[in-house]
Amino acid sequence: MKRLLAFGLAVSAGVAPARATDWPQFRGPNLVGVSTETGLPERWGPGENVRWTADLPGRGLSCPVVVGDRVFVTANSGMAQTRLHVLCFDVESGQRLWERQFWATGQTLCHPKTCMAAPTPAAAGRFLYALFGSGDLAALDVDGNLRWLRSLAADYPRMTNHVGRGASPVLADDVLIVPMENEGESYLLGIDTATGRNRWKARRPAELCYTTPTLTRRDCRAELLVQSPRELTAYDPATGAKLWSFDGEQLSEIPSPVVAGDLVLAAARGMLALRPKGAGSAEIVWTTPKLSTAAPTPLVDGGRVYTVNASDILVCGDAATGKELWRLRLKGPFTASPVLAGGKLFLVNEGGVTAVVRLGEMSEIVATNDLKEPMLATPAVARGCLFQRSDAHLFCIGRKPS
Amino acid sequence: MSSSRVSIVNCILGLLTVALVVAAPAPGADIAALVQRLNAVGPEGAGNPDAAAAWAELSRLGPDALPQLLAALDNTSPTAANWLRSAIDAITERERRASRPLPVATLETFLRDTRHSGKARRLAYELLCCADANAPHRLLPAMLNDPGAELRYDAVAAAFAEANKEPMDSAAAKATLLKLLGAAREPTQVEEIARALEQRGEAVDLTATFGFITHWHLAAPFDNTAGKGWQTVYPPEQQVDLGAKSRGKGGTEVAWTPCSTADKNGSIDLNKVIGKLKNAVAYAYAAVESPDDRPVEVRASSSAALKIYVNGTEVFARESYHQSYAHDMHVAPARFRKGRNTILIKVCQNDQTEEWAQNWMFRVRVTDALGTPVPLTVLKPDAAKEPR
Repeated sequence: MKRLLAFGLAVSAGVAPARATDWPQFRGPNLVGVSTETGLPERWGPGENVRWTADLPGRGLSCPVVVGDRVFVTANSGMAQTRLHVLCFDVESGQRLWERQFWATGQTLCHPKTCMAAPTPAAAGRFLYALFGSGDLAALDVDGNLRWLRSLAADYPRMTNHVGRGASPVLADDVLIVPMENEGESYLLGIDTATGRNRWKARRPAELCYTTPTLTRRDCRAELLVQSPRELTAYDPATGAKLWSFDGEQLSEIPSPVVAGDLVLAAARGMLALRPKGAGSAEIVWTTPKLSTAAPTPLVDGGRVYTVNASDILVCGDAATGKELWRLRLKGPFTASPVLAGGKLFLVNEGGVTAVVRLGEMSEIVATNDLKEPMLATPAVARGCLFQRSDAHLFCIGRKPS
Repeated sequence: MSSSRVSIVNCILGLLTVALVVAAPAPGADIAALVQRLNAVGPEGAGNPDAAAAWAELSRLGPDALPQLLAALDNTSPTAANWLRSAIDAITERERRASRPLPVATLETFLRDTRHSGKARRLAYELLCCADANAPHRLLPAMLNDPGAELRYDAVAAAFAEANKEPMDSAAAKATLLKLLGAAREPTQVEEIARALEQRGEAVDLTATFGFITHWHLAAPFDNTAGKGWQTVYPPEQQVDLGAKSRGKGGTEVAWTPCSTADKNGSIDLNKVIGKLKNAVAYAYAAVESPDDRPVEVRASSSAALKIYVNGTEVFARESYHQSYAHDMHVAPARFRKGRNTILIKVCQNDQTEEWAQNWMFRVRVTDALGTPVPLTVLKPDAAKEPR
């Protein structure tokens, strides 16, 4: 029933429907970080519940995505990070099925913490869309056949970013949404997934921003939510028409906005909950400093919102009121966003240690699992497994098939 | 045999037939025409469907087509090069999966022909490495001075790793590192080698190695309140007259003053030279003598907004603030004439108050496309008027 509900939500929100066992984009089906998978192991490490490990050719903060029997990962390597890789692995064996490389056509300078393989690819059906921080965007089918290519740096040469780009593309039916906010020309593209041509282009604030847009449905229409430091805007993903916007507060530029019922939760100095009202604007329903978040995107499930703050404390709040319910100290720091499966949160810190937290009225850390490699990427959950990537390896964590 | 088994067998035979057809080289394919369809891709994805059709045909070619495909990389646009590269990936992956050998002798001939582009030759090298694990050891030592940036980088990196294994007092290792310092072009690699040499007691003149221009004339401050100075054409942008004075920010009198730096990375710190100002514009001017007429790259660093003029023509403009101060973060292609050439730099500081947003400095060097410093003589500026 849950899977049916997830599928229904996906279709109704304008999100490309993914099989329940797929994890097709940043934070998975419906961009919410929640999987219907059960049976994930609580403990893993060398020799325990690591089904396979695959070598990666270079760095990456992008998350693995899983579609059908394939796992896709991006990476970058080489002199000045100019080599861009898209890789496909068999989900069962970890065998590399194909790799395509591209040369970066835009700038590759960035903060040492990040790299060109920071945006997570988006996939639907037989097709994959891989964006890199250099502004290179490739559309491939699941067999590695190239459908189209875009060099956004060539198309829009005034875009400027020497810190790094991290916002991921998302799919809204047959429109690929590509956020590109930086100090130069900044924009949001709606790209035709079949041809790679622009369906629409919306101007965005010229300011560094790493948030990934999210999708929801309100008043029987799809709504694309895009957060920048000075503005949170809702668009019609099909046309790029602006539906409403909010610009009254300084918002965070790293965690992405999330949806809780009819509220939009945005990281700010703490967290604020918005509800659109008439005349294209929105009102603040609640605001609280107690649900602040650093880099990880909050997660909403069952009327609760979970954040990881700058002190590495997992805080649970009531999504309807913002009231803090409980907090739990973790070992950080965290860049990856939490994911939820089987009633447990999986939180990967930058050292590659995953805290498994069982949720409930008395939440607790049930295990910590150290893969001993730096990890900044949010894991994927699919086919009964957790997929984690470091700069060097892709790990499939799962119980061995009986 | 049951009907279901017959169906399965038919299905398998069908799939095999499809696989063979897909794997078969396209007979008589006009590679040049197919590549032209990749080159025809226009701005904002125009022509992508036709390029995808051409890509599908190219990716079905056999390995014998590799030299021609690699050679096509010499003259393609960056986007078309990526189309082509991924088609080569598909071809070579299919051959490897079928355990069919790549034409290594032809690839090696291609690699050794330095008339081909660095990208194409580097790809040929990668294919050779896939076929022969010993290829790096065999090929890289002769590529320390390769005209291809990546091949040279790889060659220097391999030799550097070997030299670093030698004892700290090894004279041979020091000699190797000095040779590598002369060969390296990628800035982080140059710095890495310089550090290794210094650890072995050998001082390195990084300023000279990189070829930074260290002697300038400065005119500042002009006003950049609300970022308006970026578009404002102040007197130095109209004409450089080193004897002239003009009205600057807040009505102050601005005159050209000589400035030089001893910073090993060639930086002129305007906060120290001009003063720690916000909303201000500074100009820096240098006249240099080039030994010949040649294309050059003016490579600059500035975490504040930057414009570069060469011989009076704007060759670069980037209005961004406080993102980075990396080596060669701005690269402006330009042309030098034999003899006197001028470089004018405009550096705009904004009003950000954060601690990390106070940097107001720049550095400039002039290189060829590979990053080799152009041998320039910085001229003593005379007081005569001259165009920018």
